[in-house]
Amino acid sequence: MSSTFTAGDVLEPKTFTITRADLVAYAGASGDQNPIHQDEEVARSVGLPGVIAHGMYTLALVGRAVAEWTDGAEVVDLGAKFTSPVVVPAEGGAEVVVAGTVKSVADGLATLALEVTCDGTKVLGMPRAVVKDAGA
Amino acid sequence: MPVDLSLVGREFPAPAPLTITPERVGAFAAAVGHPGTGVPPTFPIVLAFDAMMAFLDAEEIDLHRIVHGEQRFAYARPLAVGDELTATLTVTGLRQIGGADIIATASEITDATGAVVCTGKATLVHGGAS
Repeated sequence: MSSTFTAGDVLEPKTFTITRADLVAYAGASGDQNPIHQDEEVARSVGLPGVIAHGMYTLALVGRAVAEWTDGAEVVDLGAKFTSPVVVPAEGGAEVVVAGTVKSVADGLATLALEVTCDGTKVLGMPRAVVKDAGA
Repeated sequence: MPVDLSLVGREFPAPAPLTITPERVGAFAAAVGHPGTGVPPTFPIVLAFDAMMAFLDAEEIDLHRIVHGEQRFAYARPLAVGDELTATLTVTGLRQIGGADIIATASEITDATGAVVCTGKATLVHGGAS
């Protein structure tokens, strides 16, 4: 287990594609059937630019990146503000990039600084993940 | 229609406990591509969402007028298959900005022994054109 982190470590950015089919699968798995994540007309009726990904889908991708970076380290803290919608087109998909660095390591915990973007725009505000540092 | 300010401090339990089964975790992990066999850290949203729906239903708020503004989880321990989880949502704050209601909530998620497994904080934005 290479779970020892050093402050300043740059983590390899992860690119994930979100499709409408992913949102339908996620709606079923999570129970969040809000139509703004599936129905263009409803999304536009409430002022959105189109079908948007569940904020929690994007946050789940952060959880996925953290799991991949840390070989499944125990997460003790995870969260973000959903500051900009991830618009998912009917064809193809939206590409979300999760980039991160190890911000600090203390008391057996590693805090990751994250930047999550779609088309170059930050979609999460103050994203934060803290994991247990198994090597500590 | 603005949300009633007297809501602050009220609690809304999820209607039923949720047992984490391999099938539920598998479907959730597959939908987001989560690696490995562990429970994805955002999985507790399933229960937090049930509690939120209890709140929205009680207040007759339409789900499609809600946008998730913020979500944070703090975990006391990893979630595991077999956990039977219960959630209670508390409305912790309410303010109006530009015709939208900004609803702050906290959710406590406990296991069958009553121990807190995870706590969630969420901001829900209620508004939008009709």
